[in-house]
Amino acid sequence: MLRMLARTRHALAPLVFSTLLAVALQAHAQRTDPNAPVEDPDAGAVKEQTLLQHEPRIQGRIDIPDKRASVLIQPAGRTWVYFHEVTLHWLGAIIILGMIAVLALAYWLFGRIRISAGRSGKKVKRFSAFERFSHWLTAVSFVLLALTGLNITFGKLLLMPLIGHEAFSTFSQGAKYVHNFVGFSFMAGLILIVTLWLKDNFPKKVDVDWLKQGGGFIKSKHAPAGRFNAGEKMVFWLALGAGAAIAVSGLLLLFPFYGTNIASMHLAQVVHATVAILFIVMILAHIYIGTLGMEGAFEAMGTGEVDLNWAKEHHDQWLAETLAKERSSEPPGHASVAPAK
Amino acid sequence: MARMKFLCDADRCIDCNACVTACKNENEVPWGINRRRVVTINDGLPGERSVSMACMHCTDAPCAAVCPVNCIFPSEEGVVLHSKDLCIGCGYCFYACPFGAPQYPRVGNFGSRGKMDKCTFCAGGGGTEATGSAEEYKKYGANRLAQGKLPLCAEMCSTKSLLAGDGDIIAQIYKERVLRRGYGSGAWGWMTAYHV
Repeated sequence: MLRMLARTRHALAPLVFSTLLAVALQAHAQRTDPNAPVEDPDAGAVKEQTLLQHEPRIQGRIDIPDKRASVLIQPAGRTWVYFHEVTLHWLGAIIILGMIAVLALAYWLFGRIRISAGRSGKKVKRFSAFERFSHWLTAVSFVLLALTGLNITFGKLLLMPLIGHEAFSTFSQGAKYVHNFVGFSFMAGLILIVTLWLKDNFPKKVDVDWLKQGGGFIKSKHAPAGRFNAGEKMVFWLALGAGAAIAVSGLLLLFPFYGTNIASMHLAQVVHATVAILFIVMILAHIYIGTLGMEGAFEAMGTGEVDLNWAKEHHDQWLAETLAKERSSEPPGHASVAPAK
Repeated sequence: MARMKFLCDADRCIDCNACVTACKNENEVPWGINRRRVVTINDGLPGERSVSMACMHCTDAPCAAVCPVNCIFPSEEGVVLHSKDLCIGCGYCFYACPFGAPQYPRVGNFGSRGKMDKCTFCAGGGGTEATGSAEEYKKYGANRLAQGKLPLCAEMCSTKSLLAGDGDIIAQIYKERVLRRGYGSGAWGWMTAYHV
């Protein structure tokens, strides 16, 4: 058996050798012939452009421990830069300046909305100390966040030419930390506000009437409302929605790569910036109506007490309920604060 | 003046990571930061390619455009430098960078970012430190360009896959290589970095 195998091997050897020689000669002939097609070891190689056509970014395997560095090329970075440097600048400027113009127009048209019947001199408790604390915690945090946030987008255009490069950088460094930390007090304030006021903010039939009657802007008409009118309810729900969006996107940006990649961080930044701009203009309107736009409105959040006539004009149903409650809780024989409407 | 660029010939890169090591050693790069890295695409499959990547020193650098404090700027030679004195560590250059170059030392709990660090083309820093000074070295790493030398990663690449230097010259070298050997998978990242 073994001998037979050995013999076959001897017989096959010249055959194998001649085949190899033929292949080698052919290959040699190919290489020396300048017109022969070049053997292309690159034919199956991955191509950058092909990869980018299929995926927005090219990712591979990496040897270093930092696996996040395995994204090789992400041209989307340039798209995001365009959003931040062009779209956001224009969008932000137009929307914010537009709202300021609208408010100036409102002031020019309506002026300061006075209490029609004048001040009564009698006060009604509208917001408790804790409610006011929650509001101002959110409000102060919001203003700080808005200013430090706008600084990241507009600071180098507006503030840097005024105070110089180095001072602006020092300021922005501080502003970054303020923004990062105050975000948490804003979220705490928002949670408090929502918990305190959720039950009074569900839409009711009276809100439709309030809107039909022109929301208190038309003096000849009476716009009925409970504790919060339809306008305030809108501010509440928008603040809740915008606040949630901005908190979630902000947290994602604050903790990079915790459940995010570079693409979702782009998205988070776009959401954060866009919602922030809209939130800012809404709050501008809220600040206007709460201070300059309407007589007697600010003291609700200032001292917590409003004038009786103001309450009668703007929150008639709430006033009636409050007074009824007061009367029922008072010992019999004690004079009531004011007659019900 | 020459316009400095990097070019990685992916058909020559063998994923040895010598460029990564050379960079870390030459520049005393802080712990946890890699200015240069090698990424292998289609690992283990036919046609896999490895590419060594760092800051490409882009034309119209997106990081510089987006920086809220304008601390990133190109030098006369097109090297994108930054000042760590002005940087506020906001992370925007990282979002903007097509090549994942900017990195931040962790300076606190969670994700707090310190001053950005990235490849400087071995050209020192963009701060106020004197060229070649110890202060400059400590903050930004080596300034080989000032000594008339090119980035060490490319200088010690064993297969001469990674090229650094005058963009026109390295493009010419690559072109000649491709013509001679008859194939080339292209200069990775050049379209995104230099619009070519």
